[in-house]
Amino acid sequence: MKWKLTAIATGLAFALSGGMAQAGGELNLFNWGNYTNPKLVEKFEKQTGIKIVITDYDDNDSALAKVKAGGHGFDMVVPSSNYVPIWIDEGLLLESRPDQMSNFKNLEARWQDTDWDPGRHYTVPWQWGSVGIMIDTAVYNGDINTSSIIFDPPPELVGKINVAPEMGDVMGTVLRYIGSEPCTNDKAMLKKARDVLLAAKPKWLSMEYGVIEKIAGGDLAASLYWNGASFRARLKNPNVHYGYPREGYSLWMDSVGILKDAKNVENAKTFMNFIMEPENAALISEFARYANGVKGSVKYMPEDMATATEVVIPKEFINSGHFVPPCPPDVQKIYTAIWTELQK
Amino acid sequence: MADINKLDQMAMPRRPFSVLTQTGFTEMAAICFVLLYAPLVPLVVYSFNAGVSLAFWEGFSFRWYVAAWNNEMVMDVTIRSIYLAITAATIATCLATMAALGTTRTKPYRGLTSIYAMINQPLMVPEIVTAVALLILFASIKAATDYHGMAYLIIAHTAFCIPFAYLPIRARLEGMDLTLETAAADLYATRWLTFRRVTLPLVWPGILAGLMLAFVISLDDVVITQLVKSAGQNTLPTYMLGQLRRSITPEVNAISSVLLAVSVAMVTIIFFLNRKTKQRQTVQ
Amino acid sequence: MVNTAANSAELSLGTTLQGGASAEQTARKQEVRRSILLSTPALIVLFCAASGPLLIMAVYSFLSAGPYGGIVWKFSSDGWASVVMQRDIFDDTLSIADAHVTILWRSVRLSLLTTFTCFVFGFPTAYFIATRRPERRNLWLFLITIPFWTNLLIRTFAIMELIRNQGVVNTFLTSFGFVEEPIQMLFTDFAVMVGMTYVYLPLMVLPIYASMERLDFRLVEAGYDLYATRFKVLKRIIVPLAKPGIIAGSILVFIPALGAFVTPRILGGGKHMMLGNLIGLQFGQGRNWPLGAALSLTLLVLVMIALLYYVRSAGKSGGSHG
Repeated sequence: MKWKLTAIATGLAFALSGGMAQAGGELNLFNWGNYTNPKLVEKFEKQTGIKIVITDYDDNDSALAKVKAGGHGFDMVVPSSNYVPIWIDEGLLLESRPDQMSNFKNLEARWQDTDWDPGRHYTVPWQWGSVGIMIDTAVYNGDINTSSIIFDPPPELVGKINVAPEMGDVMGTVLRYIGSEPCTNDKAMLKKARDVLLAAKPKWLSMEYGVIEKIAGGDLAASLYWNGASFRARLKNPNVHYGYPREGYSLWMDSVGILKDAKNVENAKTFMNFIMEPENAALISEFARYANGVKGSVKYMPEDMATATEVVIPKEFINSGHFVPPCPPDVQKIYTAIWTELQK
Repeated sequence: MADINKLDQMAMPRRPFSVLTQTGFTEMAAICFVLLYAPLVPLVVYSFNAGVSLAFWEGFSFRWYVAAWNNEMVMDVTIRSIYLAITAATIATCLATMAALGTTRTKPYRGLTSIYAMINQPLMVPEIVTAVALLILFASIKAATDYHGMAYLIIAHTAFCIPFAYLPIRARLEGMDLTLETAAADLYATRWLTFRRVTLPLVWPGILAGLMLAFVISLDDVVITQLVKSAGQNTLPTYMLGQLRRSITPEVNAISSVLLAVSVAMVTIIFFLNRKTKQRQTVQ
Repeated sequence: MVNTAANSAELSLGTTLQGGASAEQTARKQEVRRSILLSTPALIVLFCAASGPLLIMAVYSFLSAGPYGGIVWKFSSDGWASVVMQRDIFDDTLSIADAHVTILWRSVRLSLLTTFTCFVFGFPTAYFIATRRPERRNLWLFLITIPFWTNLLIRTFAIMELIRNQGVVNTFLTSFGFVEEPIQMLFTDFAVMVGMTYVYLPLMVLPIYASMERLDFRLVEAGYDLYATRFKVLKRIIVPLAKPGIIAGSILVFIPALGAFVTPRILGGGKHMMLGNLIGLQFGQGRNWPLGAALSLTLLVLVMIALLYYVRSAGKSGGSHG
């Protein structure tokens, strides 16, 4: 009886997944949840006849674990920049040479070569952004471009602060705040970072996601959080502004790569080239409200994104932004110990 | 068994209270029901919000229901979740019933405690651990057989649903007396007939309770599903988790309200069907 | 069960010629065999998808952590050692891992509170449902479960919306002047307890109901006829008879609450980890799978001991009926 059920199950699964064989073939995209614009998918399917099947994940580490374990059935994945070197090191990504694709010239010059994917042999930008200070200026209208708002908050903000529970980003920001560097193995600096965090924690309210509603509604007044979310909060509550810590803030870029054991490599390469077109990149951006890396896409994006401080980094702060690298295992261990200490 | 309500009516006049009530119990139950449904009221109300917020009311609109209906992904994940929950809960309840019948009301023997421990083991380990272990186990099978269907999810869900179905059934069985079954045996009923006509109807409330628990538990699971699922097998909780990270719109309210409406409708239908059969029975 | 009954009937019909002992032995053997047979299908599924994978975890707990998650096939006792001991990251001294102890204690405390609250609300509710008219009982049962057909995340968010600073409860309290400032309820231990109680309530009600529905209320009536007070009837008759259900319900609430992950995260604000979060961290950014495996096996063993002890002692006082 179990086998019958399995057969029915399989049949239904096929039916539910919309059938397998189609004219142009298939593409299995493993992406963050709620991160792919359905309009983009529609456009791609219409243009190429390739059907995209999206599977979602909500965490870099679980995506990595899933693919590493094998037997996954995905073709493309969208890791964050600080994980891309790990994916490359572990031999999970195909050297697909996007830098040799026809639309590569559309990428902004600064993204054509990065520390974490030199020469862009493996990945193509999906979206990028920063981790900065999201703040309700009705509660505090002092200088918002400093991370001391989080680590040494002014009295009006105490008890109304949130910190995104992203270990890498928080550790990177606090290390820059005390004048050091992310992934340093200078123990004295790490100790100082830990002390700063532990001292600041009682002044925080929470360390979680889902902040947009709360800051628009007044439960929170400030948060260390992503720029796109801040943008969305501003649309609800115009007092919410976004600050770039001058001591140093983290940049991140989610990039699309092809998996080495992908079954639909040609379709994947087509998709990679497809999203380097300005119009298509604009579709990606309009969905989650982050910048993409493609020149000329701005004129296709919603107007308010073109001038927003959240999206376009003001000149004076550009140099303070750095991508967070993946830390070596021994430093990661110290990070985890500090993080556990912080959250216990 | 004597109808307790009839008993109550037969109560001696000297007794000032009904045998049914305990002090404050009805009040507690009422509070309980109110509290259970209270959080759902804003949920349903905001599903009709014209704005995009879960907290700021901006007018009445059906837009989120329309959006959810048109959103292929939402329909896909909802159907898959319900299908998975029904299948896993049904199988789990059948297996749990058999196991409960086997392990309750017997004198202890050497392996019994181990069986009991194994049945309840999924409860005792955080889901992430089972999830990672299943990922590793199934990954090698997927690589070897290239089979990427729903069977993995169904087996995984069935496994952790079993203890949830087992415990209410067991609790029910433990309170049952053996005399009825002994009587059936004395009347030369076969074991199967005894089971079907005597045991099963008596255990039924426990089985139903177990089935409902298992269904709800399966519908909710996110951690194990995240790691076990294959390409394209998104479920409702994993979809909502994605929403959590980016932005939650009242679309999820709309989906939940629909699920609520469907379950209320089902219950109403079943209730009326029951009444009809009862009426027909009393007429005869 | 039935077989034994049939066999003993046979015995009493005069199989005195056979040695009574060996006939009983065969009957007993058959009973044991049938018990195992009935349990086997469930055990097979469980072995494939629950206990078996746990063996994988047990093996992993003795390996070394991989540099980016996963494991390396090299023996190491670090995983198990880190459960109780920690090496201070800065001065290298060995000490008890107090972070783990704090987290464990918080989880146990909150789970016990949740179980107790679920019992306080669930027991009267189960009793209420069990004392309705027979045709109505299923209806009430469904009414209890319907809220849980929505999703866990949704339910948790619904609670969050109620108790946040601008939420329904606080708006009510402030606009009617009971308090001046909104009470900070969200992101506290209280919020986590409320959330978990809400989430796990049906797990307490349904088993107690299943047990109580079978209650022979003539016993209750007998108690009253003997001039017992209502409380005495409750204590001496109803509770002992509903005990299997209470035990089942408590297990179903306490143990999952210990390993809970999502609700403490959302309602607790992430500032304080519970056991589920700690273990989850090891498989995520913590990149220490062996420690995660060792922690969960430790939890498993502790819970199993408590569970078996409880069940054995309850079993002794339970006894058979009829």
